[in-house]
Amino acid sequence: MSTIAPQSPLARPGVVIRSRRAQRARERVVFAALGSATSLSILITIAIVVVLGRQTARFFAHDGVTLGEFFGSATWSPLLGSEKHFGIWPLISGTMLVSGVALLVAVPLGLLSAMYLSEYAPRRVRSVLKPAMEVLAGIPTVVYGFFALVLLTPGLKLLDEGFGSYNALAAGLAVGVLILPTVATLSEDALRAVPRALRDGALGLGGTRFDTSVKVVFPAALSGIISAVLLAAARAIGETMIVALAAGSTPRLTLDVRDEIQTMTGFMVQMALGDVSNFGIEYDAMYAVAATLFVITLAFTVLGGVIRRRFREVYE
Amino acid sequence: MSDAGRVPAVLADAGAMAAHRRPVARRHAVDAAFRWCCTGVAASTVALVGVIVAAILFRGVGGLSLRFLTAPPSSETSEAGMHPAILGSVWLLVLVAAVALPLGVATAVVLEEFPPRRRLTRRLSALVQTNITNLAGVPSVVYGIIGLTAFASMFQLFGNEGRPAFEAGVAYTDQFFNESDRVLLVRVPGADAPETSPAEGMEAFTADGRPVTVHLVGADEPWPDDPALAERSLREGDVPGRIHDRSWWYVRLPLGRGVLAGALTLALVILPIVVIASQEALRAVPSSLRDASLGMGATRWQTVRRVVLPSAVPGVMTGAILAVSRAIGEAAPLLMIAGIVFISNPPGNLMDDFTAMPLQIYNWVGRPQAGFHRLAATGVVVLLSVLLCFNAVVVVIREKFQRPLA
Repeated sequence: MSTIAPQSPLARPGVVIRSRRAQRARERVVFAALGSATSLSILITIAIVVVLGRQTARFFAHDGVTLGEFFGSATWSPLLGSEKHFGIWPLISGTMLVSGVALLVAVPLGLLSAMYLSEYAPRRVRSVLKPAMEVLAGIPTVVYGFFALVLLTPGLKLLDEGFGSYNALAAGLAVGVLILPTVATLSEDALRAVPRALRDGALGLGGTRFDTSVKVVFPAALSGIISAVLLAAARAIGETMIVALAAGSTPRLTLDVRDEIQTMTGFMVQMALGDVSNFGIEYDAMYAVAATLFVITLAFTVLGGVIRRRFREVYE
Repeated sequence: MSDAGRVPAVLADAGAMAAHRRPVARRHAVDAAFRWCCTGVAASTVALVGVIVAAILFRGVGGLSLRFLTAPPSSETSEAGMHPAILGSVWLLVLVAAVALPLGVATAVVLEEFPPRRRLTRRLSALVQTNITNLAGVPSVVYGIIGLTAFASMFQLFGNEGRPAFEAGVAYTDQFFNESDRVLLVRVPGADAPETSPAEGMEAFTADGRPVTVHLVGADEPWPDDPALAERSLREGDVPGRIHDRSWWYVRLPLGRGVLAGALTLALVILPIVVIASQEALRAVPSSLRDASLGMGATRWQTVRRVVLPSAVPGVMTGAILAVSRAIGEAAPLLMIAGIVFISNPPGNLMDDFTAMPLQIYNWVGRPQAGFHRLAATGVVVLLSVLLCFNAVVVVIREKFQRPLA
């Protein structure tokens, strides 16, 4: 305690006793400096909106690009010389296909893991497993991309001839593994936030552990769990490296997970890597796709926050 | 709160369940099955990720050698290494930490330690808080595209990378080769300065930096025999080549697709993470310490600097290290900024083209040949080892320094 115990500023040798006015002025300067750092976060948001908005407006100002086509057409072919079509749906469907597979993997496994960690695990097991999951959440996504393309896809091809060298399933499974720790740790936080008295009450009324965790603790933590799933979904939608490596680059409207598809993020990477000029319609299309992606993920994040705050059951 | 009515409702539910006419044995069987199910899933989840990582490490660990760490990438898989990528990541690491950590910690301090008093500031504070939460959810590839516009090309306000509007930390020199194969260098003010034409008595430098006065030899005159004179002689009409000498802190606007633009973009990605982690660390400092300091007459800032921050250092450090390690593994924003170009040298200055470990790995995975996949696996081994070291530091800090303060 003594190492961090505050000494009175006056008691320290070498500390000049300032006049109160000087002190107040200094306080103001420091606060202004810190405050300007704080306002930077607002500035970043403004920059995002301005950059995406301006370039997207430029995209829609091109000949033959209309909002109606963007949200109405089912063909995305920005690179075909004469037959350019800019309908966003194939990219959105690709993104949703990959994210859907990912959530199918991550939500059940993540929730059951969270249930184990919060309700069943002995304290020592938990104190190892929880940090381990947090470390796993820090594995770079390019590593999972390698896993999807080099290890998973050949395996899937052995199982079924129909799988392409790039396919939605391998990418989706890898994204699922990627977001699994996120679902597990965030849901576990929500489950643990449920007060002990509730569990004791349920057990005292003769409920089994199963009854307690599934019928009492789970509903009580539901808002936190839904928000965890939404955050994980936002992460899956915005995931880039795995889909850029394993999902392919053929935008198409399909539900067949064996097909090669393209996601919104995949298209952005393709544009950034290609030798497309900085002023072409395709380049501006990249910003329009980024804006769509930004709006979708923002909606998920905001919704997650709202659900967590609004529908939180407060037991005191 | 109105929840008083809700709690019993949930429990009444549980009571109803208990009274449910299911045989006790079956309920216990379900209970046991669910327990095994949860335990099994939790174990297999960790095992699954463990197996994935182990499978990649197993493939890559054989390729690990000193040459891999010190050689540039090459199309010959047996000779390729990731030296430029490793040093590129080190540059990024230092720059990202220097930019994101002070800003992030400052933001957290304002949000946590300077409680807003007026209604307007309270609103602003809430706005910043919501904003940071939402920024944390923005996909990193979107930050990449923002960095591309805001840092790399700077909204095209300053011309382009080839003809920057502003430069500092660079010296331009006109270089002459005379007939004795000696080099004479003449400083010029900028990249756009007119070409130097040789003149009698002109100031110049030799290759080893000695100042000399140029002796001009006419077009038809014989070349001087005296070596000391020949060394500083130029023939009339000699044409120089312009070379530039950039110091490590060379800066130009726009930044271009250089290592600084990449680092600033990564700083955007991790800033919300740093803020949130630092806020948690500051919140963990018991308020009794603050109260004591304020009670002794210290100002807010004195309290923050001398009391709160010192006790929050371990927490802030662990959050910072985890955030920076996220930046090291991040590939998508860098892909937007730097693209995939062949880089055989580590960056020499802030504006230099660069590659980083995850980019190099992406490059190798994306190629069809199995040899490159082995290289990628070895790259993953190096990358994960670095990240593991970071995590180990975090564990040490948590064990050694993080003690309950109250």
